[in-house]
Amino acid sequence: MAKLGDLARLIRSKNAGAFMLTFDVMFDDDATYQRVLESRVLTKERFAKIYQVPEEDVLFFEHEAAKAIKISIPRPYIQGAREDGDAYGGQQHAPLVELELPD
Amino acid sequence: MTEVRVLSASGQIGSGFLESSLERGISLKPHVIACDGGSTDAGPAHLGSGKPHFSREGTKRDLRLMLRGRAKLDVPVIVGSCGFGGGDAGVAWMRDIALEIAKEDGLKFKMALVRSEQDKDYLKRRYREGRITPLNPAPPISEDIIDKSAHIVGMMGHEPIAAAIEQGAQVVLAGRASDTALFSTVPLMMGAGAGPAWHAAKILECGTACVVQRKRPDSIMAWIRDDHFDVEPMDMDVRCSAQSVASHTLYENADPFLITEPDGTLDSHGSRYEALNDRAVRVHGSQFRKADRVTIKLEGAEMAGYQAIIIGGVREPFIIRQLDSWLDAMREKFSARVQEMFGGRLGPNDYDIHVRVYGRDGVMGKLEPLADQVGHEVALLFTITTAEEASTDAIAKTFAHFALHYPIPEWRGLISGIAFPMAPSHVNRGPVYRFNLNHIVAPEDPLEMFRTEFVEV
Repeated sequence: MAKLGDLARLIRSKNAGAFMLTFDVMFDDDATYQRVLESRVLTKERFAKIYQVPEEDVLFFEHEAAKAIKISIPRPYIQGAREDGDAYGGQQHAPLVELELPD
Repeated sequence: MTEVRVLSASGQIGSGFLESSLERGISLKPHVIACDGGSTDAGPAHLGSGKPHFSREGTKRDLRLMLRGRAKLDVPVIVGSCGFGGGDAGVAWMRDIALEIAKEDGLKFKMALVRSEQDKDYLKRRYREGRITPLNPAPPISEDIIDKSAHIVGMMGHEPIAAAIEQGAQVVLAGRASDTALFSTVPLMMGAGAGPAWHAAKILECGTACVVQRKRPDSIMAWIRDDHFDVEPMDMDVRCSAQSVASHTLYENADPFLITEPDGTLDSHGSRYEALNDRAVRVHGSQFRKADRVTIKLEGAEMAGYQAIIIGGVREPFIIRQLDSWLDAMREKFSARVQEMFGGRLGPNDYDIHVRVYGRDGVMGKLEPLADQVGHEVALLFTITTAEEASTDAIAKTFAHFALHYPIPEWRGLISGIAFPMAPSHVNRGPVYRFNLNHIVAPEDPLEMFRTEFVEV
């Protein structure tokens, strides 16, 4: 079983402004990008389930030129609010690194 | 064919660039040298307090080299979101640095200060007129929220910067500005294609963030023409690839294809990225769709009180297995102690004690899928917040001691349940702020929310 983290060039999360979080999952080559897309290991539904957010809040994009999957959600807490533990939003992607693809 | 060359000194003024990279950029004869100076990215403290994020020393070094380059070429220098938050204090800070450099180096130029801090009466009027609308998601807005804000800035587009340059400004120090507008202004003024101008600006605004392997913050240049632009990093050891430039279009945007600006939307659905050689990339097909009306994004920060923090660790298995109930109970019981101490002057709603548990869900909070897995030790970060600095200090001191000895049923006798790595165990960190606006204003005119002052240096 390959993990998404082993296949991707970069998996990252980041603020998209103070009110949104965005996740980029990027690959080196088209074959890996296509393989991951076809495996359906990372879809809008799957993301919503992992992060325990309503599916209608999840924006899901496929970006062929960047060989990237991009996902955006409202921030769970407004950036810098008392409950917010990640000012830059840079450590929210961790669960995606461990996602397993069927061989 | 129009060709406008734009040199981006770095991703953030004050974060640095190689002198050799900027020099190479200058030798390629740019029509403008620009650099972004701020963001909301580091949180609400900078806008709220007016204090900059980067050092004065680092900022002065970067601005000095840009101004010297400018003097050689006689082209505009544009710095935006001065002082990080982009409030009037930030513009004043950058102005003083520019004046100091000019004096030391004997430089002369006409400088425009374009301020973006907003008048509260103006905003309340626009709010009553229904011309302030929320983005999604946005906190609630009211006249009271506007009044309570420490600072509110409007994010300017290219128009106020262009107006300053048209009136002869050679150096423009802008308050809060769209990062991209700093780089698109001169190309738009000189007649380059709007799609390529805005898309190039998006790539340029983070400096070398769009390269294959970023070594350090550094300079990058774009050649913007009618229907495409080329981009190339100035350090010969660093390269862009078609994919690295395409990837950067995604960065920090919720939507990877549509980027909203005050007067329209950059649409990169049709953009094609092509390697020109092993270091430079050409981008065709980007479109800019002009909006029916200009909208200006507001950013506001209000004071959330004075805060102290306490950091502690727990290793005891009996405490870890009942961590939440222990932490809840100690805070509940502590309220009686607050009553005693302040003689009823401070009620339960007048102070806040929040705890974050590292080793469990400290980083991700309610997004954490593994919140039920706790290791053999955890770190606790308490934040204590009240409206007064003295009360925060008093509560933090007392709470640290109270929490240290708070019992669990398994042990009979006094326990010390928290390992403090520092003495004293609490740290006062002064005023804290929160973002309170994510709204847009529809002004009559793209200039009306911004105030420009000219200074002959």
